[in-house]
Order: sequence, then C-alpha cells, then structure tokens
Amino acid sequence: MKRIIVHEEYCIGCRLCEIYCLTQHSQSRKIIKAFKEETPRPLARLVVEEAGPLSFAMPCRHCEDAPCVEACLTGAMQRDERTGAVLCNEKRCVGCWTCIMVCPFGAILRNVTGRKVASKCDLCYGEEVPVCVAHCPNEALTYEE
Amino acid sequence: MSLSLLTAEFHVERDEIRCIACQVCVRQCANDVHVYDPDDDRVYSDETRCVGCHRCATLCPTRALTIRCTPQEFRANANWSPSIITSVFKQAETGGVLLTGMGCDQPYPIYFDHILLNAAQVTNPSIDPLREPMELRTFIGRKPEQVGVVQDRDNMRLETRLAPQLVLETPILFSAMSYGSISYNACLSLARAAKECGILYNTGEGGLHPTLYEYGPYTIAQVASGRFGVHRAYLETAAALEIKIGQGAKPGIGGHLPGEKVSEDVSRTRMIPQGTDALSPAPHHDIYSIEDLRQLIYALKEATNYTKPVGVKVAAVHHIAPIASGIARAGADYIAIDGLRGGTGAAPTVIRNNVGIPIEMAIAAVDERLRQEGIRNQVSLIAAGSIRSSADVVKAIALGADAVYIGTAALVAMGCHLCQKCYTGKCNWGIATQDPYLTKRLNPNIGARRLVNLLRAWSLEIKEMLGGMGINAIESLRGNRDHLRGVGLNEVELRVLGIKAAGES
Amino acid sequence: MRYVIIGNSAAAVGAIEAIRQYDPENPITVVADEPWHVYSRPLISYLLGGMIDESQMAYRPRDFYARHRVETMLGVQVVRVNPAEQTLTLAGGGTVSYDRLLIATGGRPFVPSVPGVSLKGVFTFIRWEDVRGLEQAIERYGARTALVVGGGLIGLKTAEALIARSLRVTIVELADRILSTTFDRTASKLAETLLRRAGVEIRLGLTVSEIIGREGRVDHAVLQDGERVECDLVVLAIGVRPNVDLIPPDSGIQINRGILVDQHMQTTVPNVYAAGDCAEAYDMLLGVNRPIAIWPNAYRQGYIAGCNMAGVLREYAGGFPMNSVEVHGVPTISVGITDPPDRDSYEVLERYDRERPIYKRLVLRDNRLVGVICIGDVDRAGIYTGLIRDRVDVTPFKDHLLTGKFGLISLPREYRKHLVVGEGIEV
Repeated sequence: MKRIIVHEEYCIGCRLCEIYCLTQHSQSRKIIKAFKEETPRPLARLVVEEAGPLSFAMPCRHCEDAPCVEACLTGAMQRDERTGAVLCNEKRCVGCWTCIMVCPFGAILRNVTGRKVASKCDLCYGEEVPVCVAHCPNEALTYEE
Repeated sequence: MSLSLLTAEFHVERDEIRCIACQVCVRQCANDVHVYDPDDDRVYSDETRCVGCHRCATLCPTRALTIRCTPQEFRANANWSPSIITSVFKQAETGGVLLTGMGCDQPYPIYFDHILLNAAQVTNPSIDPLREPMELRTFIGRKPEQVGVVQDRDNMRLETRLAPQLVLETPILFSAMSYGSISYNACLSLARAAKECGILYNTGEGGLHPTLYEYGPYTIAQVASGRFGVHRAYLETAAALEIKIGQGAKPGIGGHLPGEKVSEDVSRTRMIPQGTDALSPAPHHDIYSIEDLRQLIYALKEATNYTKPVGVKVAAVHHIAPIASGIARAGADYIAIDGLRGGTGAAPTVIRNNVGIPIEMAIAAVDERLRQEGIRNQVSLIAAGSIRSSADVVKAIALGADAVYIGTAALVAMGCHLCQKCYTGKCNWGIATQDPYLTKRLNPNIGARRLVNLLRAWSLEIKEMLGGMGINAIESLRGNRDHLRGVGLNEVELRVLGIKAAGES
Repeated sequence: MRYVIIGNSAAAVGAIEAIRQYDPENPITVVADEPWHVYSRPLISYLLGGMIDESQMAYRPRDFYARHRVETMLGVQVVRVNPAEQTLTLAGGGTVSYDRLLIATGGRPFVPSVPGVSLKGVFTFIRWEDVRGLEQAIERYGARTALVVGGGLIGLKTAEALIARSLRVTIVELADRILSTTFDRTASKLAETLLRRAGVEIRLGLTVSEIIGREGRVDHAVLQDGERVECDLVVLAIGVRPNVDLIPPDSGIQINRGILVDQHMQTTVPNVYAAGDCAEAYDMLLGVNRPIAIWPNAYRQGYIAGCNMAGVLREYAGGFPMNSVEVHGVPTISVGITDPPDRDSYEVLERYDRERPIYKRLVLRDNRLVGVICIGDVDRAGIYTGLIRDRVDVTPFKDHLLTGKFGLISLPREYRKHLVVGEGIEV
C-alpha cells in the first residue's frame, strides 16, 4: 500500500502539513473558515516536532503489525481492507487512550473537543494523495508504495 | 544611536480577512519580518527588514500577503534617483563599502534585447525539429588546424591527435558557483542536473565536497586566486579545470566569503579554518603576464597528464579582445568571458554597477579578433553574464560563442527571487546560505528537477529557433552573425557586434 | 485440518485473524460458554455506566464470523480437553475433535470465602451478564449504595460505572493504597484523591469480613475493623485467575499459575496452544513466564498462536503489563515495572506538577526504560512504551525524557531515523 514517507532532512518546519490536515478534517474543509469560524478549532491529525534546525511531521505510519489495532479495546481501530489504512472508527472509540499508550511513534492524538476520541491520520480518506503530502512545499512528505 | 534616514524598501500588505495567523510567514522569514502576537492572535510585519524575496507570499496558504515595492517617493529628480539618495544615506550611516549580490541591475542597454533572429522563408527551407534530427551537441576544447584521416582497410581512422574535449549535450553549462556562496543542496542540484542533461557544472572557488566526487565527469573544477580546496584529487576528479582570473560582477576585485558562511563542512571542503573569512586575492599572485598564465595552464595540464581541457575565465573588460587572444596563445582550451551583468554572491555595489562591458560586445569582439588572427579554432568561447533565455543562448552563439554559462538563470530555476541579499547568508530560498535552518529549504530532488526542466525547455526552444533559421546543428550557428539584426542600435554598436541593422540585407 | 478455539474474546479474535491471513480454507470452530457475538470485555464498565449502549459492545462487526468462515458454538461449555484423542468434551457429553487447538478461556474472578458471598446482590464483574445482573439490582431492586471489594483496575472501573449510575460507592482495599500493582505510592495517592473527589469512599488496609443479608439480599457489609458499610450490592473485584479448570491434570499440559506456553504460544502438548489471560507467557521485563491479564497482550498472543497454528512460524517477543484508564476524567497510563521493589538496581525519574495535576514517573534499569506512569498528560506516552519494548539505552537523552517537549526528536539520530524515516524497519 502507499504510505506517507517522512524525509526529515527536507522538512522546513513551515507546518503547512498541519494547517492543511486541520482544514481537511474540519467541518467546512475551507481553510479560512476552518481557522476563523469553527470552534473549537479542528485538530490536525499529525504531530510536527521541532528542535533547532531539525523538524519533521509525524503522521501515522499505518504499520503492518499495528500495535494500536492489536491493543484497541473496542475494535474501533481497524485496518481498512480496501486501502490498508489504519482508521479509527470514532463512533466506536471510547477514548480509553490505550492506542496512545502503545503507539511508538506518538502518532495518535487525543481529541477532547467533543466526545473523547482518538484522533489520527486517515490518509485523507477518499483523496488520491493525503493533503499533507500534496501541500508539502519541499517534498519532505511523499506518498509512496 | 542616531536616527537612520533609511525607510522600508517594501511594504507587506496583509489581507486580514484571509490571514489565519497560521504563522507560516513567521517561520519562513529569516529576516524576522513577521511576528506573531499570541495576545491578539494576529501576525504583524516589520517592513524595514523585508528584502522582497517573496518567500512568505509564496508559501502563504491563503495568499494573504502581497509584497509591494514602496520606496518613499522623493521629489522627482532625474539625477538624484531614490536609489542614489538611499545609497548616500547608507554610507553616511555606515562609512563602509556597500555590498550587494547577483548581477548588475542598472539600466544599461541589454543588447540581446536589441538583436533579432532570422528565419528561413521561401529561398531556403526551415526545418521542423520535431520531425528531423537537430544537433545541439557541442564540444568544448581546442580544435586542430586540420584533421588527418587514414583509411585502414574498411575503417576510417582519425590520424590527428585531438586535444581533450568536453562534450555538452546542449550548449549550456552551469556557471561557477562555489560551495560556500551557495548551499550544499544547491551544489548537489546543479551536479545532478548536469549529469542528467549531459552538461557540466562548475565548482567555483569552493572546492569539491567529498560526496560530489561521483559527479566528477560533469564537473569543472575552478582554480582561483585563493586556491581554496585545490588538491590532487580535486584536479583529478573533475572533467576540466578552469583558472579564474575575473568575474563579470566584480572585475579586478577579489572574492570575499564572509566567515558566517564558512561552516564546518565548507571549511573542510575549502581547507580553511571554520568561521574565517575566505579572501580570494584580486590578482593571482603568480600571474602578472600572459606568460605567467601560460605557466599555470601548463602546470595544470601537466598535473592532469594532458587529459583534461584547461580553461580560463575572465571578466569582460575594455581590452577583452587582445586579452582573449593572449589567453588563447597561452594554451587555454577554452575562454569563459563573463559580462557586465554576470552574477555574484557578494560584490561592492559600485564595482558591480560600473565596471566591465556587456557580454554581447565582448563575445563579438573576441570572436572577431580570434578569427582575424586565425586562432579561433584553438580555443572555445563560453559566454557568461546574464543569459536569461534560450533566445539569449542562440544570440550569444550567433555572436561567436561556442556555449554559454548560466548562473543566475539556474539559481532562479531553483527558487532565487533576485533579492540581491546573497551576501547576508540569510537566503530564504535555501540557496545562498549555509544556515542549517535555511539550507534544507532547497530539496535537491526538486532543485535538480527544476534545472533539468529548464534545460530541456531551452533546448527545445533552441531547436525551434535553429529550425526556423534552416539550421540543423548548433555548430553551424556559431559566429553566424548574418542571422542577427540589430534594432535601435547605432552604427558603432552594430559594428562592434558585427551585425547589420534590421532591414539591411 | 480443523482449528478449534475455546473462548471468544481478544485472543480468539487475534487467532482467527491470523489464521485467515495465512489459511483461507481449513475450518475454524469457536466454542465459548458465553452466548454473545464477540464483544469487548473492557467495555462492560462503560455499558454499566451508561456511556455506551449494547449495540456498541461488539468487538468486531456482525459479519465477523461469516467473513472469516468461522463456525461458532456459542453458549457451549467445554468441560475437558483430551489431548490424547485431540478432542474436547462438552457439557452434556458431546465432543469436538481438533487438529490444532487454542485454549483462550481467559480468567475467572477470584471469590473470597467470606460469609455472605452467595447472597443476592453480590457480584463479580468481568462478563456481560454481570452488567445485566448489576443493572437489574439497580433498576429492579433500587440499589443506591455499593461496596466494591478490591481497589485494582476492575474495582476502580466498577466504582466509576456505579458512580455514573448515581450510586454511593465505597471501595475497600486490603493494601494500604489503591491500584497498588499498577501504580507507585504517589500515583496511587493521586488516584485516591481523584476518586474521593468523584464521591467514592475509600477504606484501605482492610477487607470485608462479612456480608450481611436480609431476605436473601445484601443489606450491609462489615469490614475487618468492624465498620459497618451500608450497601445494597457488593462487587468482588479482588482479582482474576486463569481459567484452566477444563484441563485435566494428566493431560500433559503443564499449568503453573497459568497454562505454560513457549515463544510460539504452544503448550507443553503439541498442537495445543494457549493465549490470553489463561496463559503464562513470557514477560520480557521480568524475564519469566507469567500471566499478564491485559487485552492488548491477549490479542497479540492469540495472533501469534494463530500464525503458528496455521504453520507460519512467529515468535512472541514477550509482553509486559500496561493499562490506560481515566480516573475521574484524568487520563492515566501505567506501563511495565512502575514500583520496583529493589531500588538499588533501578533508577527513578519523576516530575510532579501538583497544580494541574501532572505526574510522570519513569523507571530505569541499566539505563533502559522499564516502567512508566503518566497521569494527567498521556500524550505521546507510546514513545516510552516503544523505548521499553526496543530496550533502548536512554543515556544520551535521559535529561530530555521528562521535559515537556520530549518526542521522537529527542531520540538519538539512529533510533530516530529508524522511527521517523523507517530506516532499518519494515513497517
């Protein structure tokens, strides 16, 4: 399956990935509205880490043997059979954070803006290329087999 | 500290309806123009620091930023222009030589823009490059007086021993830009693009980073007055060697890489201490005559066992024609001539804007002179100094060049916005900087791809222009000034360029 | 070839999914005494508390068995495993034969021998039917007060569910602090504070000595110190034992505290595997085999067992305890050895911000992380778990471990690249 590959040496720390991810996962999917009108502000589904000149975005890796899928208490965290993406069915998630406890990448986030649910990269379900990759100005994120 | 009289050169226009305070501009500006205020959740801009590089405006996800040029409008004065007045302000405040980057930006005539190309009509057929072969391959190096061939049973064999040649798949090379003046990623982009396009790039006086040795067959290694980074492997790895005498942006002036740009890696590559200014002397201290130059040329040829072309790069100055003649006679395999508008990473503004002559004049004069002396075949000519388009390439070759160097155009392809602040080391596009926050902004995969695209596009256009003229090989265009006509030029200019006026037959 | 799985929870699902990954054809039979479609056992406290409804209990979609071509025998009790004949004896006398057997029978709650435990209104709490029993007690009999015996995770989740149902709850715990097996003292005390804030009464260092009934139903309980605790119901939550009653002593299947398994999750008898709470698998931190009754391990063990049963050799690298629960809305995570008995061979790093409150405790052995507690801030705690699992020497970044900005970026270049760029791993 295609995965998001992180090239930390080319990450310029602009956080456009985060901005577009947030927009993609907002109600309106419109960037200005998502930031200015939606409250609480929608969450991006990836983490950007920065220390000095080094930076990188850390979206879910959609692991083969995904610890979050194995550990999920409710079965909310499942691999989508069609795309291979690891998706959290937020309706079934009860916010126990077991997935956060087991993800060695720290790629799963707590969404406590509404009902508590685990929030993670869904590879922009339905999009040909995830928006973080599509909008990375420096190809620090690529989408590859 | 007294009041500075300088006002902002640019105005940052922020559309507050569009601005989402995402702070991309804040993170991207190395000059700290944009500042986020968490109390107001707004981004403010301090224009006085803006250099007009457009990094913020280009990356802004909501296109909320417009950078406008806003020098305060002084009372109109055709003599005392705003730029002259502000230069005086700057010098009155600093007492120093004003520095700048990139090529001369003054409104001298650009002769390329006064030269028009010919096309075939009726009396000779034009050629469609999409249907018929079109040769752009160019050989750089000394050509023999005559070629002896022996018939060896069924085979023809060249009897004449040819001088070493560089092969270019298109008549374009990347100008000398040193590692130090530009980033490693920029060097790597150039090297990769050169390899992919079958051309060469030039190390400048920056030495050769160990990881770039694999691009040796596509590398011209420069030997300049500071001799930075010159050692045996450097000479042996490169495809050709180039003695740098001068540079179009600063003829008669040495080089100065400020210590801030001499990072650990740069210092190792140049073989100088980290953080120290890299000063290339104005002259080579062992070259005071053509004879001295000949010694260095032959020293380099000797060192590399006569396997590589050795060229000489000079700035286009008033006596460029006899100088070139001397260089040819000194044994150079090619002469690179860098015109008035050639770029630089750092030069005194006054030198850049006032010294030298345009490349169009220089190349025409040199080609003419070498032909008159019957030694044109002994040396190839590479024209440099603001080749901006494929049309400029064609015109330069028709004026007498074998090939052209492109520097600024290559940088622009990689993202340079010509803000002319290369000397500050804060290039927001990751090109003219060694700052680790900035250098990674140039992904060499992207840089190389954009360069390859540019060369491909220009090559296609060159073929179109050649075909239109009814020429099917770039060789046939070289010095073929009958394909050029001048517009808006006076008789002296036409004579120096060796072209007729438009309408003359 | 026929696969038979006894049990129908996480380990069973892990095994089914593994087997079907490699063997799409041979029949799989699941035999389980509970009658339900596979459900998420940890959700029973959420169900009791009214946070979810019964439709949300399914651990896998309704068509799970069909899509994995699993024959189910639900509500059927296995009374004996007969390895010599490769059969199972069912309650009522029937038999099922197998070629590969997985025992995934889970645990059964420990019921202390206290007078009154057989009264109506005394419950254990590990099965769906326990929820129904408790609901009935609350709805039909109007229970308003409850005594939870045991201050472990089950006790805590039970207490929270009952609080959500507006009962007044008392927890009695024999140790001098609650959650004594998952937390250290500081964390326990913090959890106690949070629970008390939620209205829970806590009695420590005590257990119940007698449950007194009236008309056959619980009326009140008496603690060891003589205190009378009014309660309409009692939940016994003092622990779970591996459920191994169906294995006869002469079967050759060795049982210590649980069913002993090797790294392939195979028992001491060929073709018989065990996984989940009933098994005694490798604890990679203690270096011994022991039952670790947690959901993620059960799935993993079941998955590994399934692979090996299908003929694909895979090894179980070992597990360690880990739990993530919210205490009165405050997230907490506990992983590995959090309260080492022998302080000389362990190093402990702590950060405690009482105001917020945020508590973080890291336990190191030989400069390798072996235990983590995070309370209040659990974001990215999995990075710690990864460091434990990968046995990474944290010496170069020990100072960063507890800083607010700790992340993958704090890790040494090689390990970070391994995680971030994926160098050197198949993901």
